[in-house]
Amino acid sequence: MSETELPIALRVEALESLLIEKGYVDPATLDKIIDTYENEVGPQLGAAVVAKAWVDPAYRDRLLADATTAAAEVGAEGRQGEHLVAVEATPDQHHMVVCTLCSCYPWTVLGLPPNWYKSPAYRAKAVRDPRGVLEDFGVTLPNTTSIRVWDSSAEIRYLVIPMRPEGTEGMSEAQLAKLVTRDSMIGTGLALRP
Amino acid sequence: MNGVHDMGGMHGFGPVIPEPHEPVFHADWERRVLALNLAIGRIGGWNIDRSRHTRESLPPATYLASSYYEIWLRGLENLLVKHGLVGTEELASGKMIHLPPPGKTAITVDQIVEGLRKGGPCDRDVHTPAMFEVGQMVRAKNINPSGHTRLPRYARGKIGEIELVHGGFVFPDTNANLEGEHPQWCYTVRFTGTELWGPDSDPTTSVSVDCFETYLEPVPY
Repeated sequence: MSETELPIALRVEALESLLIEKGYVDPATLDKIIDTYENEVGPQLGAAVVAKAWVDPAYRDRLLADATTAAAEVGAEGRQGEHLVAVEATPDQHHMVVCTLCSCYPWTVLGLPPNWYKSPAYRAKAVRDPRGVLEDFGVTLPNTTSIRVWDSSAEIRYLVIPMRPEGTEGMSEAQLAKLVTRDSMIGTGLALRP
Repeated sequence: MNGVHDMGGMHGFGPVIPEPHEPVFHADWERRVLALNLAIGRIGGWNIDRSRHTRESLPPATYLASSYYEIWLRGLENLLVKHGLVGTEELASGKMIHLPPPGKTAITVDQIVEGLRKGGPCDRDVHTPAMFEVGQMVRAKNINPSGHTRLPRYARGKIGEIELVHGGFVFPDTNANLEGEHPQWCYTVRFTGTELWGPDSDPTTSVSVDCFETYLEPVPY
């Protein structure tokens, strides 16, 4: 924060070279971590989970009973998804996930969180005014739909199963997965209509 | 601790502004900060609760003025110094002055792949029966510890219903201080919007908070 601080990119570069020089980190390991979260682990995994739950009632039941194990069936497992709980949206009940204390997020199914999820604005507002947050995202729900917010204050991570849009009968699992947006699995959006 | 990180319910931050087609990272240094945190956390001698507590212990003005990965950078620098892995003069120069302590060997690509795939489960056996059951009304205690806690301020003193019983989990409040895991029962407690925010608030909302057993007390019927 002080004026004598280096620009942040230079500070990070200096720290990385120091930690490599001291033998604490291996650059190849750093590259692997970055590649994993930039190219492998992302919301397409959660979308596959949701689409499967839409078409396969037995899978949906398994997902609601034990989301950690059910997500692992489609290859979504590991760090920040060790204790996963799935919550299902219905016409009467919407769900929204937040971490007011930091940035807890189900990495295994959604990847790394977007900036807005980590922002003070979202962390402050989601628990107090979730309907207002939905408005920020251009989403209006009927007043008859109650909104349930999940504050990820311990090590349980939450995945929203959004409602399957109308007019998707007969679509394949792969086609359906394309309708499942990241925001619909956080609860700040709805699944896309075909 | 009653820090600025505990933001639930605050006003003044404005609307939530989503970024269309947001990239995973906004600058290369953000990539490196994430990776450094994940790569060194395993040999550093700390844990996820200590990392969180270090970040939330930044001076409030610094915390609020820093971007997300800037907070992660500052937290990591503080942990490295506190745990004796790096000296402040080394941080300033980016050059090694002191030899590293023995046994601190960088984790390999294979180890990180395995580590990310397995994660770090925090569930633990607890040898006492759960004090609360689903459907029971409880009050979140009015506690204000100066150290780490995961009970948000907005829930303290408020009455809610036990919704889920998750089993035993590492207790962050002690683990953050390296005082042991002391696992205890963890519950989801559902508070109505009006209980949290008053009679003028939206009656169709509720907030579920994951609470450790010692955060809660029974409410008489």
